[in-house]
Amino acid sequence: MARSAASSIRRVASLATPLALALPVMVMAAPGARAAGMPQLDFANPLVIGQVIWGAVIFLVLYVLLSRSALPKVEAVLTSRRQTIDNDLDIARRAKAEADSAVDELHQARRTAMAEAQANVDKVIEDARLSALRQTQEMNARLAIEIHEAEARVAAARTAALGSLRQIADETAQALVRQVTGVSAPADVVARTVDHAATARGL
Amino acid sequence: MAAGSTIDALGQFELHPVLGGLGEALRFSQSPLMMIVASVAVLAFLYVGMRPKAVVPGRLQAAAEICYDFIHNMAVDTIGPEGRAFFPFVFTLFFFILAGNYLGLLPFSFAFTSHVAVTVALALMVFVLSVIVSLKVQGAKFFAHFMPAGAPMALAPLLVPIEILSFLSRPVSLSIRLFANMVAGHVMLEMFAAFTIMLAGLGLIGDALAVGPVVINVALMALELLVGALQAYVFAILTCIYLREAVAH
Repeated sequence: MARSAASSIRRVASLATPLALALPVMVMAAPGARAAGMPQLDFANPLVIGQVIWGAVIFLVLYVLLSRSALPKVEAVLTSRRQTIDNDLDIARRAKAEADSAVDELHQARRTAMAEAQANVDKVIEDARLSALRQTQEMNARLAIEIHEAEARVAAARTAALGSLRQIADETAQALVRQVTGVSAPADVVARTVDHAATARGL
Repeated sequence: MAAGSTIDALGQFELHPVLGGLGEALRFSQSPLMMIVASVAVLAFLYVGMRPKAVVPGRLQAAAEICYDFIHNMAVDTIGPEGRAFFPFVFTLFFFILAGNYLGLLPFSFAFTSHVAVTVALALMVFVLSVIVSLKVQGAKFFAHFMPAGAPMALAPLLVPIEILSFLSRPVSLSIRLFANMVAGHVMLEMFAAFTIMLAGLGLIGDALAVGPVVINVALMALELLVGALQAYVFAILTCIYLREAVAH
């Protein structure tokens, strides 16, 4: 690109050089160019001043047409465009604000729902915990009663067992005495002796 | 325009009555004709471009809107909030000059901005407008601007005439700048076009050499497109600057 531009400049320059040399010769050969004078300064020609009058009229008409009709038309189009754009921007801005508030609402609802769900979960867990605790307590109470009853039964059985033990001991002692001595020992002596022995052994 | 060995570079600026006797009586030359063509082109550009009134503009509508915004921003940025009132004037000025410059580049056309009478009239219009606005907004304080603030009083006899002179030279420089640029561009185009015809008269070598001025004229045409837009812009922005000084308190 640059090289082609440079070469075209060189080409023009090569053409222009003989022209530049020819120029003074040609101008000298054309004395009419200077002698004629400028037609613009020929104020004797009524057309020179005439164009000023015409120019004033034409300029005034152009000014009036432009300022009263053509330019207001452009202005109206530009203004209506600006308004259209502003309105569209307003609508877009409003839509954005609505969307933002909708998103906020959504977030708020989500937060509320989460809090609610958490509360429900907590409540269920608490309920379960309480009912489990209650069940445990009931169970403990029942077990305690049963243990108590069982202990009472064991104690009764033991007492019963201990009562019959004394009788068996008495009878066994009497039978032994009779076997060994051939005489029956008096019942109250045997009972006292067995009682003694039982007390000595912690029974 | 080049006849024989002479180059008539200035003949293109001659005014001729159009529409025969009627044009002569009304002093209607090709210059006012091109002003009308330029005005119609500017109006048609806006009317046709803005006809769809589309929210999403097409190409022509976008071009019309860009032109509107360009001048509107220039006027408001340079002059300030008061620039809104002068915007139609600056718009008219810019596109009148731009269309005139560009129409002048078409073959068989005429650039009315290459006439010093027209550019002086435009510059004087801007000058008078800025003076009227100055007097209206600032009143007598306007004349205080001819003595720069903070300068020692002893220099007043020197400074005041210089300031007045520089103020009065504004319409001169404004008009001569546009006029000279347009004349120079059109003379250059004419000269190189004439070279082509003269070289073509030299036979085979001349035919080959004659391509050179054509190439140069293509480049000059691009330059003139730039100059045409630039001069219209310079005229408009200087108008804005003068109006800014006029509305400044």
